[in-house]
Amino acid sequence: MSASAMESPLAPYRVLDLTGEKGFLCGRILGDFGADVIKVEPPRGDPGRRIPPFHGGIADLKRSLYWLACNASKRGITLNLQSPDGRAILKALARRADFLIESFPPGYLDGLGLGYGSLSRVNPGLIMTSITPFGQDGPWPDYKGCDLALWALSSYLYVTGDEDRPPVMPGLPQAYLHAGLEAASSALVALHHRRLTGEGQWIDVSAHQALAVISLQNQQYWDLARFNPRRAGAFQHLSGVRWPLQRRLWPCRDGFVAFVLFSGRLGAEGNRALTGWMDSEGLAPECMKSIDWSTFDPQGSELTDEEQGLMMEALAAFFKRHTKEELYRTAVERRIVLYPCNTTEDILRDPHLQARNAWTRIDHDQLGATLTYPRPCVRFSDASCDIRRRAPLVGEHNREIYQGELGFSRDDLVLLQRNGII
Amino acid sequence: MRKALDDIKIADFTWYVAGPLCVRYLADYGARVIHVETARRLDGVRKLPPYKDNTPGINRSGFFHNYNCNKLGITLNLEHPRARDLAAALVRWADVVAESFGPGVMDDLGLGYEAVSRIRPDIIMISLSSKGQTGPHASLPAVGMHLAALSGFMEITGWPDRDPSLLYGAYTDSIAGRFGAAALLAALDHRSRTGRGQHIDLSQYEAGLQFLAPPLIDCASSGRVLGRNGNRHTFAVPHGVYPCQGDDRWCAIAVFTDGEWAALCRTMGQPSWIDDDRYATFLSRKSHEEEVDRLVARWTAEHTAEEVMATLQAAGVSAGLVATAEDLHRDPQLKARQHFTALEHPEIGRSTYDSLGSRLSRTPAGLDRAAPILGQDNYHVFTQIFGLSDEEFADLAGQGVFD
Repeated sequence: MSASAMESPLAPYRVLDLTGEKGFLCGRILGDFGADVIKVEPPRGDPGRRIPPFHGGIADLKRSLYWLACNASKRGITLNLQSPDGRAILKALARRADFLIESFPPGYLDGLGLGYGSLSRVNPGLIMTSITPFGQDGPWPDYKGCDLALWALSSYLYVTGDEDRPPVMPGLPQAYLHAGLEAASSALVALHHRRLTGEGQWIDVSAHQALAVISLQNQQYWDLARFNPRRAGAFQHLSGVRWPLQRRLWPCRDGFVAFVLFSGRLGAEGNRALTGWMDSEGLAPECMKSIDWSTFDPQGSELTDEEQGLMMEALAAFFKRHTKEELYRTAVERRIVLYPCNTTEDILRDPHLQARNAWTRIDHDQLGATLTYPRPCVRFSDASCDIRRRAPLVGEHNREIYQGELGFSRDDLVLLQRNGII
Repeated sequence: MRKALDDIKIADFTWYVAGPLCVRYLADYGARVIHVETARRLDGVRKLPPYKDNTPGINRSGFFHNYNCNKLGITLNLEHPRARDLAAALVRWADVVAESFGPGVMDDLGLGYEAVSRIRPDIIMISLSSKGQTGPHASLPAVGMHLAALSGFMEITGWPDRDPSLLYGAYTDSIAGRFGAAALLAALDHRSRTGRGQHIDLSQYEAGLQFLAPPLIDCASSGRVLGRNGNRHTFAVPHGVYPCQGDDRWCAIAVFTDGEWAALCRTMGQPSWIDDDRYATFLSRKSHEEEVDRLVARWTAEHTAEEVMATLQAAGVSAGLVATAEDLHRDPQLKARQHFTALEHPEIGRSTYDSLGSRLSRTPAGLDRAAPILGQDNYHVFTQIFGLSDEEFADLAGQGVFD
């Protein structure tokens, strides 16, 4: 059966997606799983449509690649929640929805009479997911939580970056991608409960907590060993081991590779192969050649500090001579556990991803372009998970939903539009 | 109180990070999990710090603990034929089989999808691997840092004039683990309607790419390659991490609007900067970004990170102190939301576990049980759940079935 002919795992469900940039990904994931996701935007378009990068580098509401990527697999309508008509329409939509996702500041929807209390009276089975920086309660619900501040508070920032400079954030903003993913997973937990009981519920997602979990063993370093891991550039600090500072990223001829000497079966085969390869170029020091890799323990006592230093220097010199592509190709052949630090360009060229059909081309009629997206990462053997459609234009499905489903007439739509309601 | 997933049973063959994390997500929401290990080939994170009191030991690693709480822990030497019978009983018991070995390993153990679906036709199996079950590079092993490098995160993290900075821990494992939980829940819903199970192939590499979709789409269409940019942001100035009083103390500050800039200037006691030609507009701030950074840093250096955060947040500016591991444990928001829970462990005593980032109003997650020491629940699981007599259990133990 072809993927498109398979049933989608979430085919029966309807999602109302009221989120801004703090929650886009949740609806995208549910949409890829086959739910009918309707993005509800303010009449002038979601502010997230202004987030770069833009297609062709041209700032335009239609061209935000960030918005397009996060809002694929959704239909789109406009609705002004500030107006009484808009609120009545939202309730009508909520009555026929299974999920509602929102990322307004805590209390905002309540203030409009659209909080969980009101909506659950309209539809007791509704699963409402609220995504906020710090959650709905505690001392900080009204604090502003931009990406950088959340990374800082999660402790992830403190352990990332060079020792002689301020801590640094992971690449580009993605705190709310983690929060959106957490929101999708938890919404499906609630769906399971509803299937058994008929009850909906309210889910309170805190981006702060979603990120704190990501630095997992960090909090336990303090709890168990009273140790504060610190940033060390390309190195990682460990505690309770003999060589606490381990280099993990190594410069090579045209970039960087990730490598660390492992013990055990994972290390034995690859370390032996790497030593052989280095030796063939005259770069393996004697101490390295004499190691019995099958019993090697990098923290064990067989090496002196000096030998350990020599081995690290030799590795650095060896990697410097080769490109990341050479190193990775040979690593795959000889089972050396070494990986390139890929650029976005390297990723697009990776033959492994191509062989796995990991890209999909999506037609964007509004741009006169076909864009290449990473395909969703979940592959079901007996159900489909894919990008269902390109992200909607502002109000693209107003007629489909308002006329086709809610039964408004064409004249009603004109009125709603003139009054700034849709 | 009932938990949402009370009726779901999971046979958990995963190890390292992504797989255990995926299963723990469901366990926290109530799924009953039997986690299978073997002493003959230990889960690598049992041998990684942090260890309780810095004393290494396979039952002392917080790294292992935080991913494996709320699970029953058993050991099975799957190379032993009788262990395979018990594994089959485990599969028959389960709704879900989770594994995170390299492609083909479960097949070799007689527990590939074909085999487990013969044992239980509606089984849902997830294989959470580094690069997926297929493809030319699938069989090369990897851990989190390799995959964060492969999926592009290392290359874009750090300073433009420096080498990339290492991303801590197992960054893409967290992404893949949560995607895995969502995928399993979707498959369970699908099964409830169709009666059919299935196999899920989840590549951690591809999970990571979901978070880099915008620059990947951009690179494919325009050739633009995303580089390192420190803490700079395309549409916020200042946007950085600023030094505060104390040793290696910092506060992150981000200003997106003119209103936030005005609030920052008033908080810094410099109202004249609000209308200063050099800083009054976004574009002027962007063109004086280094100078703006210096001015902000001069002010933050006179205060503690806690003060900077509190006064700026009170003024409506996004700010967050750069927390150390120790700071996490005194974060008032995490405390109020009961993010951390202490659980009693048979070998290391009380230790702290994270909770999830989501709270369900009717069926909240909960932490009930510390991670097991190796083989802790063998007797209970095999005699109470799988019905072995005491004699059979002792006999099999003597044969090395539970090694």
